[in-house]
Amino acid sequence: MSQLSTAGVQATAPNEAGYRSFTLGSFTFSRDEYFAHVEWLSKGTKLSHTMSADVFLRALMRDVAWGFFYGTVNFDDVFGTRNRYGQVEFLAGCHHPTYKSQGLDHFESFDSDLAMRTCKAILHDWTNTGYDPFAAPMETGLAWIGKKVGHNMAAINRRREVCRRMPGLPGDVPLRTDHNRYPVNRAFLDVPQDEPEIHAAPGFEGEVHAFNLFAYLSRSDVTWNPSVSSVCKHSLFCPTSEEYILPVKHANDRVEWFLQLSDQIEWQIEDAVTGLPRAKVVMRPGDVAAMPADIRHQGFARKRAMLLVWENADPELPRLHAQGALPATPAEEFWAESPRKEP
Amino acid sequence: MTEQRRVGEFTTVFGSLASHVKGDIEIINDDPRNYAFSNVFDVAARSAPYEKVVVAKNRQYVIETLRAEGVSDWFSAAHDEFALVMDGRVEIDLVKLDFPATVVAPDVEGSVRLTSPPVGRNMGFMRLGRGHQALLPQRAAYRFRATTGVGVIVLQTILGRHSVQKWPAICRS
Repeated sequence: MSQLSTAGVQATAPNEAGYRSFTLGSFTFSRDEYFAHVEWLSKGTKLSHTMSADVFLRALMRDVAWGFFYGTVNFDDVFGTRNRYGQVEFLAGCHHPTYKSQGLDHFESFDSDLAMRTCKAILHDWTNTGYDPFAAPMETGLAWIGKKVGHNMAAINRRREVCRRMPGLPGDVPLRTDHNRYPVNRAFLDVPQDEPEIHAAPGFEGEVHAFNLFAYLSRSDVTWNPSVSSVCKHSLFCPTSEEYILPVKHANDRVEWFLQLSDQIEWQIEDAVTGLPRAKVVMRPGDVAAMPADIRHQGFARKRAMLLVWENADPELPRLHAQGALPATPAEEFWAESPRKEP
Repeated sequence: MTEQRRVGEFTTVFGSLASHVKGDIEIINDDPRNYAFSNVFDVAARSAPYEKVVVAKNRQYVIETLRAEGVSDWFSAAHDEFALVMDGRVEIDLVKLDFPATVVAPDVEGSVRLTSPPVGRNMGFMRLGRGHQALLPQRAAYRFRATTGVGVIVLQTILGRHSVQKWPAICRS
């Protein structure tokens, strides 16, 4: 508990299942043995939404670990968050055609720090001993079900590993080894662990550097949680290991790219605003695909897979995309005859 | 693969020039060109040695695919670059340039081919295999050498004068 800051967090006493409820603005979050419940006020009307508690916790875990990430993190078709970088919006029905058509879509803006403290308090209270919302279902089991039993601070306090230049360089994040509690994952036991040969001339030991990225990824203890493994100005290589289902539907506020490093991931692509289906992208080793700025995507991996997510972290991009100053899709940029979409 | 199966119940599948199967796009209500879908092994199979083919671009930033075959020219950049070997074995020689600004001006982006051998101190070399990623430090000169036939390198860099964009030729449309 010492790492958990609860300043400003509004919570109730535990309910009959042992879980606290939390309030942020007009939003209230509560859980029972199976479900997470979100309630809010929209146009003076009280509305509510119910999700399986494990689905909610796995989505919330990523949202917390990513610092609300880039753009919109849809927990499902109804509830989500949108990062305004310093502020964060909680969304209810904002990207659902029926809520929109009935005028019941609702969002509230919060200071990001308070919202993060509230989300972390929910994660801490609702995650039982033995349940790891970062893990694949085959690794963590069903401890999320039932009345409250303890906590799992070690699981929910993992930090996203972000290098400054490249892992293993002096002063940068360390490489993953058995000794620093990164054993090879059960699904990557066949991945070679050999390291590159480095023959640095005297005086250049800290500058001649390489590492085994595939081995590094084989030791990732989380799923759907990109780290940063190389930095070229705003260009970030964000490799990650993926298994089962991306717990959110991510609608980025910029174009991002995927390079499939191993195995296979299927991506369900929907319109970012309406949620209507647009495409399915099946990626196999070596495949490269853009994720346009006007879609939301959710990945499915039947076997743990290695994916390189490539981000442009230029902080100006959300504003430029919102103004329509940048093409939303590669087709608009790379094929001159393609019509430019209105923002 | 048979040997790898003995160490666990899973088999990890990587791609190579010799063995890769491209994925697919199932269009419901979209244009496949929006995804600029390509495959680095497929691109390298149809490229000239060390041709810097852009397979991903986000404003000025790019990912290039290089067919590693024989020895490359010397290159340098005013910023860090990173090379990830996707297939084959590649050696990288590094030279700390004595006068880097005369080779690549500090405000120039992307890698620049040297017109003459680099002048500076030998920094050493690296031997890389599949999955290995190397730092190509800013203001140093580097060259690649494929040591076992043909390999594939993915380069994290910035669009430069030698970058080649041929989207209709490499992408699903």
